[in-house]
Amino acid sequence: MHLDHEHTVFPQRHTWAGPTARPDGSRRALRIGLGGPVGSGKTATVAALCRALRDELSIAVVTNDIYTREDADFLLRNAVLPPERIAAVETGACPHTAIRDDISANLEAVEELEDTVGPLDLVLVESGGDNLTATFSKGLADAQVFVIDVAGGDDIPRKGGPGVTTADLLVVNKTDLAPYVGSDLGRMARDARRQRGELPVVFTSLVAENGVAPVAEWVRARLAAWAAVPA
Amino acid sequence: MNRAALLLLADGRFPAGGHAHSGGAEAAVTAGRITGPGTLEDFCRGRVHTTGLVAAALAAAAAAGADPLALDEAADARTPSPALRQTARRLGRQMMRAARTAWPSPGLDALATARPRGAHQPVVLGVTARSAGLTPPDAAHAAAYEAVTGPATAAVRLLSLDPFAVTAVLARLAPDLDEVAARAADAAHRCLTEGTGALPAASAPLLDVYAEAHAGRPVRLFAS
Ligand SMILES: Nc1nc2c(ncn2[C@@H]2O[C@H](COP(=O)(O)OP(=O)(O)OP(=O)(O)O)[C@@H](O)[C@H]2O)c(=O)[nH]1
Ligand SMILES: [Mg+2]
Repeated sequence: MHLDHEHTVFPQRHTWAGPTARPDGSRRALRIGLGGPVGSGKTATVAALCRALRDELSIAVVTNDIYTREDADFLLRNAVLPPERIAAVETGACPHTAIRDDISANLEAVEELEDTVGPLDLVLVESGGDNLTATFSKGLADAQVFVIDVAGGDDIPRKGGPGVTTADLLVVNKTDLAPYVGSDLGRMARDARRQRGELPVVFTSLVAENGVAPVAEWVRARLAAWAAVPA
Repeated sequence: MNRAALLLLADGRFPAGGHAHSGGAEAAVTAGRITGPGTLEDFCRGRVHTTGLVAAALAAAAAAGADPLALDEAADARTPSPALRQTARRLGRQMMRAARTAWPSPGLDALATARPRGAHQPVVLGVTARSAGLTPPDAAHAAAYEAVTGPATAAVRLLSLDPFAVTAVLARLAPDLDEVAARAADAAHRCLTEGTGALPAASAPLLDVYAEAHAGRPVRLFAS
């Protein structure tokens, strides 16, 4: 599985999250985790990604809410996917435990979706809003996106933390709000680069037409790399 | 003697999904029954002597080599609440995943194949203990321990209780856990010759009633 080109696509990553095939031998879906602080736009990103990609890909979503089904319900209300493609996992007051330390409920949800509505190309796993140290286990997600927003303070990229520094993609969302909250996007970009080296950073505004495009493009590239891995 | 494996299996960090469950504590907090360390201790004592005893006996019987499918039926019969039966099977399936990685064995494989949607968690716990080279009393201790540590950890989070006070509660309950585990192991031993009818069938109706109410709540921190 150590393809040479894989190192250019995932420079810091040498393994995929568990076996690439399901028990019946078919290829399992690529699993992408989305984490980040409360309210940064994770669910909005998931919804926009589903809208952008659902015509070309078979997609399902797992949400990890802290104490409600709000994220799942939002996705259902907005009909971004048929209801049977959205599963909610409960996290017992501790979202990072469910995505990092004890991933069993999330793995279960992913596999159940593959069994009931599969074959799937892509499963998006949204973490409940958490702190800057929350990251996805490599046993659960093949790649992870960390979503922050300009309104949470433009010093978050400078502060770093495992989410900001190690995520495969850093999304700085709500750029439309930057003028109103006095956030310096140039500074955020420079700080992010200092923390992340060559790892990609994109700036988005999801209120804009097709604002999710940079993230969708990144997802397509991950899928292409995933498809190139022999099952 | 295989003590370290028992510590590993009973550790709250064993990745088998327990962290998302409160063992009925959240519903009891909501109902105003658990308000502090004292009422938490009452709750845990009641739980370990009822559903905790049943779980410990099922786990011990599975560890002793009783037919896990018969035990799974016995567990169904001893769990009146549909919500709790579903929870037990979900947790059983999650434990199976961790167990098959940690202590792979034909016994675990067979149970996973026979119950792809999950067997009751105490049964899986017992088969896991057997795979890890543990004894029936070990399995009973692990189940009894879990019966009180789940609610205690949840109560710390739900009520911001002093963690030292809660640890003292658990320490005071330790003799109860030993006693329950001994009774469970004894019943499990008899189960081998007398069948699952020898297993205790203690119940806690309020836990069942609360579990059903909890399952219907739109806003909650813990799954059960
Ligand atoms: N102005 C603006 N608002 C946005 C943007 N993206 C999301 N929002 C809004 O920000 C709020 C929070 O977005 P969510 O997608 O729910 O955030 P989240 O990260 O999923 O939140 P939690 O799951 O609660 O942690 C919602 O009211 C969104 O409509 C954006 O690009 N610009
Ligand atoms: Mg959300």
